[in-house]
Amino acid sequence: MRGGAQVLSLRGATKRFGGLVAVDGIDFDVHEHEVLGLIGPNGSGKSTTLNLISGALAPTSGTITLRGAPISGQPAREIARRGVARTFQLVRLLPSMTVLENVMAGAVFGHRRRWGHAAEAQALAVLEKVGLAGAAGSRVGQLTYIDTKRVELARALAGDPEVLLLDEWLAGLNPTELEQGIDLIHKLRDEGRTVVLVEHVMDAIRSLCDACVVMSSGRKIAEGTPSEVLSDPEVVRAYLGDDNA
Amino acid sequence: MTARDWKNLVLGSVLLGIAALLPLTGDAYAIALGVNIAMYGVLATSWALFSGPTHYISLATAAFFGVGTYVTASGIDVLPYWALPPLAGIIGGILAGIVGLATLRLSGVYFVIFTLGLAEMIRQIVTWWQNATGHKGSYVLTDLTENHIYWQLLGVAALVYLAGWAIGRSRLGFALRIIGDDEQVASHVGINTAVSKVALFIVPGAVAAIVGAMIAPRYIYIEPSTAFTPMLSFQVVIMAMLGGTGRLWGPIVGVIPFTLLWEVISVSFPNQTTLLLGLCFLLIVYLLPNGFVGLFEKIRARALSKEAYQ
Repeated sequence: MRGGAQVLSLRGATKRFGGLVAVDGIDFDVHEHEVLGLIGPNGSGKSTTLNLISGALAPTSGTITLRGAPISGQPAREIARRGVARTFQLVRLLPSMTVLENVMAGAVFGHRRRWGHAAEAQALAVLEKVGLAGAAGSRVGQLTYIDTKRVELARALAGDPEVLLLDEWLAGLNPTELEQGIDLIHKLRDEGRTVVLVEHVMDAIRSLCDACVVMSSGRKIAEGTPSEVLSDPEVVRAYLGDDNA
Repeated sequence: MTARDWKNLVLGSVLLGIAALLPLTGDAYAIALGVNIAMYGVLATSWALFSGPTHYISLATAAFFGVGTYVTASGIDVLPYWALPPLAGIIGGILAGIVGLATLRLSGVYFVIFTLGLAEMIRQIVTWWQNATGHKGSYVLTDLTENHIYWQLLGVAALVYLAGWAIGRSRLGFALRIIGDDEQVASHVGINTAVSKVALFIVPGAVAAIVGAMIAPRYIYIEPSTAFTPMLSFQVVIMAMLGGTGRLWGPIVGVIPFTLLWEVISVSFPNQTTLLLGLCFLLIVYLLPNGFVGLFEKIRARALSKEAYQ
């Protein structure tokens, strides 16, 4: 059952790179307080779709709307201000700054903008939420891998976004870290955040996602709850090849 | 303002106040050196306001400086002198805004080359215009002495430090640091990177033009090859890097020893100055990649960690 107002809608979103159609007429909606998983085999266009939403890439055609207002084709900064925050597939932190300053970047310039003490308080609150309360003064070079991911997540959360985009946020974590990571996203879900996540970790998809959109070769091949889509023969074929369907 | 801000403000004012006493010595050579140090100090500090956080190396200082000298050269017979430096600042700022809009999309080496080419292009245009109109150069005849020029430059220095202090505490300053670290992150957290860069690029452009306008009376005879000398742009970069661009006080710490060294070089080896300038550049980049500021912070960090172990 998918309740809540539509926050984000994609209609016919398409991205061509020369002759290659990386994302081919994708439609889906993300509802308020929903965690939507964007899954599919490697090279199926998931990250490109995320890049279209965040404005890292402009769609070749189609529209993307945030609470009814079109954001497709807008620059990334404008989309960020309207309330879309993201993490990157390869973690991107600000190397010359402390953990606190990294997170303040999101608090100062994000969707809800703060300055001075208010921004610092917000950054500290978010750091505590992601489990980095004691690391505010550290340099980012001193962090472990999962902690760099936490900082990036905190930066995205610091501007109180309407929609949070997580691009393989759980990738590369060891089993213990993975458990912590899944717990953390669970916490965001319980808070009622609206999240779109691109993910390969099946356990995470099953336990976190309210809905899934499955992509293969740039197209949407299935949509529904995680258990529905993961038992769909076409999805199995896309992941494992014809013999297993 | 915090207690530390007040301390820095008082310390800065006292140092500037002491510097302002130099002309009282009556030593013409010392005052001439003082004008050089003040000039390079202002240029390097304002250069570092933009190029420090963004890591965009601008070689356009000579372009704006030259424009400033020509504002004085062509305006001195028409307008009172006191109106010329502010006018130069406005023209330099507008020029920097236009150049910034056109070039700040360029990254890395393309930006460096463009800014170098800009000074050369303006010099060629001025030369062409002078040839076309039969001018050869312009005289700037005023009753301003070295002392006046020196005090004016100190006044500009005070303004540049105040501006740098304010920018360092502003959203704009924070935005520029984020841009310097990772431009893609900057745009994805909602920063208008183009506007931020252009806004801050205007500052060194305006300041260099003001300095050019103030130095013009010292040159007396203004011609394109001295007004737009690319050597100036390189010296400013080298001095700022020698001092370090991470702190507001960094560049001046590079300017003072380098100006004195340069004095020795130009007196002792007048024919090899360019060669020695290049050599200095190599040595600084090799031995002090983060300038005196970096060295100072390394020593301090080592002292702190030593304390922690004891």
